[in-house]
Amino acid sequence: MDLQITESSEIKKDWEGGVKPLKASYGKLMMWFFIVSDALTFSGFLASYGFTRFKHITTWPIADEVFYHFPFLHSIEAPMYYVALMTFILIFSSVTMVLAVDAGHYMKQKKVAFYMLLTIIGGLVFLGSQAWEWKTFITGQYGAVETRGGQILQFMDAKTGKRAYIDDFAQEIQYDLTTHENHQGVWFEQQSVDQITLEEVVAGFKENDQILIRTEMIIDNQKQLLSRQESITKIDDAVRVVRGANLVRNEYGNRLFANYFFFITGFHGFHVFSGVIINIIIFINILLGTYQRRGHYEMVEKVGLYWHFVDLVWVFVFTFFYLV
Amino acid sequence: MAEVQHKLEIFRGLLKFKSNQTKIWAVLAVLSIVTIVEVALGIVKPKILLELFLGMKTINWIFILLTFAKAYYITWDFMHMRDEKSGLRNSVVLPLVILVLFLVALLLVEADYIFQVKYNGFLSWDF
Repeated sequence: MDLQITESSEIKKDWEGGVKPLKASYGKLMMWFFIVSDALTFSGFLASYGFTRFKHITTWPIADEVFYHFPFLHSIEAPMYYVALMTFILIFSSVTMVLAVDAGHYMKQKKVAFYMLLTIIGGLVFLGSQAWEWKTFITGQYGAVETRGGQILQFMDAKTGKRAYIDDFAQEIQYDLTTHENHQGVWFEQQSVDQITLEEVVAGFKENDQILIRTEMIIDNQKQLLSRQESITKIDDAVRVVRGANLVRNEYGNRLFANYFFFITGFHGFHVFSGVIINIIIFINILLGTYQRRGHYEMVEKVGLYWHFVDLVWVFVFTFFYLV
Repeated sequence: MAEVQHKLEIFRGLLKFKSNQTKIWAVLAVLSIVTIVEVALGIVKPKILLELFLGMKTINWIFILLTFAKAYYITWDFMHMRDEKSGLRNSVVLPLVILVLFLVALLLVEADYIFQVKYNGFLSWDF
């Protein structure tokens, strides 16, 4: 059998450069490259969140009890509506982004600019919503006490069947306050005198018979409620009052819950923030006619890929933080 | 840039659109409906869906499945993955699917093991 080796002109052409086997430009491929690596980063975060949650599966905070606030609706429990709204805002800004890309294919400068502006506004609204969400989370609502082992004890009103505010039942204790004078130094100035102390909470708890303790333990999809007798024994374990959330402790339950919340939504929010900045740069370029002169709007398409990716990550964050 | 050809059908050809813009709005409708279903399920929380299925509540499996449906439409239609060559599609999606499934499976099994050790091995670990 004859073996013939021919150097076809076709093959030779393939190796002379300038060929796009994936029919995508260099810039778009690199954006996909970045997106894959960034997706792996977020997967790592969410998987470690899953790890921690499965490790504390019987004591993890219930999302509906943490995120139920809605702006201007005070003391109305509206779990999930707010994040659902945020999801819609982000998806909608994604839609205006595709429309901008689409208008770019037809070289309609004004239309691209208009849709780009809508996308930027959507991103800013989302960032504002997230800031409000963080503020509510950090401020906290009912307050709780923490035990020596780092467990959070929350309070329930047996009469109303609702959570009890520690401000409502805490008994005010008159402490001997001395006026702070300059010669004593300045370090005491930071402490606020109207903060509720553990002593006051415990005293108020012992006075009010209808206040019960709720532990972190989940039984039948609900947090365990102790009887009055058990509550009285349990309150002795308390070592400090916890209000709101920070990186060390939070009133909602497991310490890691707040840490993951801050870290993952923060990292996502940072992506949205940088996305908005990049969108603004592209928007200015559109207005200046840079892409009109260049003859194509591929830059909008590349930024669009990033923006959709941010939306995609939010879809997952929404599921794993608020739904599951 | 020359006019780009888009594939204008979703649901495996069940719905075909005349222009790319109508397709975008239709995809928005799909994403909105899925989100609304998710939120409604999350608020109602039907008792029957709270039973465990393969180590997780059925409702959570549904949420995760719907999330992947949303992810599919965002990538395929908003990020124009539908119009890319299969080589690019596979080189983006396959590594993610394989690596993430691997990572999640390992971590969750390990976490469950740690939970069992803590839960069964100690008299009290929450004090």
